[in-house]
Amino acid sequence: MSDTIIKFDQVVKRFGALTVLDHLDFNVQRGEKVTIIGPSGSGKSTVLRILMTLESISEGIVSVDGEPLWHEERNGRLVNASEAHLRKMRVQLGMVFQQFNLFPHMSVRRNITEGPVKVLGMSRQDARERAEELLEMVGLANQADKYPHQLSGGQQQRVGIARALAMRPKVMLFDEPTSALDPELVGEVLNVIGALAEEHDLTMLLVTHEMRFAREVSDRVCFFDKGKIKEQGTPDELFTDPKEERTREFLKAVLEG
Amino acid sequence: MLFGIEWDTSSDLAFAISILPILLRGMIVTIQATFLGFFVALVLGLIFAALKAAPLKIISWPAGVLTEFIRDTPLLIQLFFLYYVLPEYGLVLPAFLTGALALGLQYSAYTAEVYRAGIEAIAKGQHEAARALNFTSLRTFTHVVLPQAVPRIIPAMGNYLVSIMKDVPVLSVVTVLEMLNVAQIVGDRTFNYLIPLSMVGGLYMIMTLVASGGVRWLDQTLPKRGLSLK
Ligand SMILES: Nc1ncnc2c1ncn2[C@@H]1O[C@H](COP(=O)(O)OP(=O)(O)OP(=O)(O)O)[C@@H](O)[C@H]1O
Ligand SMILES: [Mg+2]
Repeated sequence: MSDTIIKFDQVVKRFGALTVLDHLDFNVQRGEKVTIIGPSGSGKSTVLRILMTLESISEGIVSVDGEPLWHEERNGRLVNASEAHLRKMRVQLGMVFQQFNLFPHMSVRRNITEGPVKVLGMSRQDARERAEELLEMVGLANQADKYPHQLSGGQQQRVGIARALAMRPKVMLFDEPTSALDPELVGEVLNVIGALAEEHDLTMLLVTHEMRFAREVSDRVCFFDKGKIKEQGTPDELFTDPKEERTREFLKAVLEG
Repeated sequence: MLFGIEWDTSSDLAFAISILPILLRGMIVTIQATFLGFFVALVLGLIFAALKAAPLKIISWPAGVLTEFIRDTPLLIQLFFLYYVLPEYGLVLPAFLTGALALGLQYSAYTAEVYRAGIEAIAKGQHEAARALNFTSLRTFTHVVLPQAVPRIIPAMGNYLVSIMKDVPVLSVVTVLEMLNVAQIVGDRTFNYLIPLSMVGGLYMIMTLVASGGVRWLDQTLPKRGLSLK
């Protein structure tokens, strides 16, 4: 039985005259770990940003766990989603950003507890305990009282992961989580994401240029080109035997570069 | 004699010492006008900044025109306007209040700009992270944007505090007994302008140095990061 948690149905996204997503159909199953690869400007970030409600859509329907994300039903008709609807839907998703986007004026602990306390209504005590657990999980036990600028990039990104997880999302979105890091710090962040990928119920969408890592952790790899999925399959299929010429060119360029 | 205090003209030093308490009375008025004007400028400026940032043009446009108009006209005109025109519409305020209001109004056009720049300097990623965590727009403003903007705007606001202080003598034209006005009255009555005016200059310098020092202290005390509104 299929259990679709994310569904893009003929989704179009335009920025002015530029069409970034071109009638995209894209499904993700619950618990699936999907990696999105593709050339710059192909719409990879846009897919994640639409899911995180940072970007609206121009046409089509996006559904999360069976409910439209950017629309809601009113009097039997689908109308554009209100902020209240978006707020309700948003709790299902968490995002990790390329530039970390931690709050610089808050301690690591408050970065992680602010959402659970103020948005989810968790008690401060529970939120703190959960933050300690999460920090332990990402290898940053005892760093809760530091401020982001006192941490390395790799540590900041691991706090970013803990902060997103603290909201207990069903779906985690990673937009090039290691692209802003010095090469020697990439491994520690990938290890955390890799460990997370072991969690059966968590759905993960990852945009990355780390092909070897994508191969290890993903159930499926999607190659985006010009706002569409040009080719997709298991990592073995896509990396060892790509069918499309564009995929082959791209992989060749990335693996050699 | 002024404020019931006699002056002693037997020597320059005795004169200076005898009029110091008189000038200090004026200085208190100057300080009061400065802080009241500054407070009005801070509040009104934030309101202007918010209106100018409004998504609706019918709100942002008039706010923009009004602040531009305030910026492009001299303080004295605004002061006369408030002092002579408002009473015609039944709004009679004491000269001191009118003066402080005029100062605040004039400087609100500048502080609005400081707020705008401080708020726009917050990285887009901060808004996106707040949205991803499902913060309301109000919470994003009060807990993410403001705490990061406030330390950035303190130096600029401090400069305006000093500027306001130096503009207070303008209020003498509507009879406010601030320090310069007091010194001038002393001069008129004793035919000695040099000593009271020099003393006003010296007192102004002390006030300005103290204010600037205070702002610098505040700027260094509030850490750029790690600042919480709580
Ligand atoms: N707010 C915006 N306004 C206008 N154009 C935008 C905006 N956001 C993205 N774009 C454009 O949309 C296209 C797709 O952007 P997107 O960020 O999804 O690409 P990407 O596949 O993530 O690329 P990269 O690998 O460089 O991150 C790009 O051409 C980009 O310039
Ligand atoms: Mg991108």
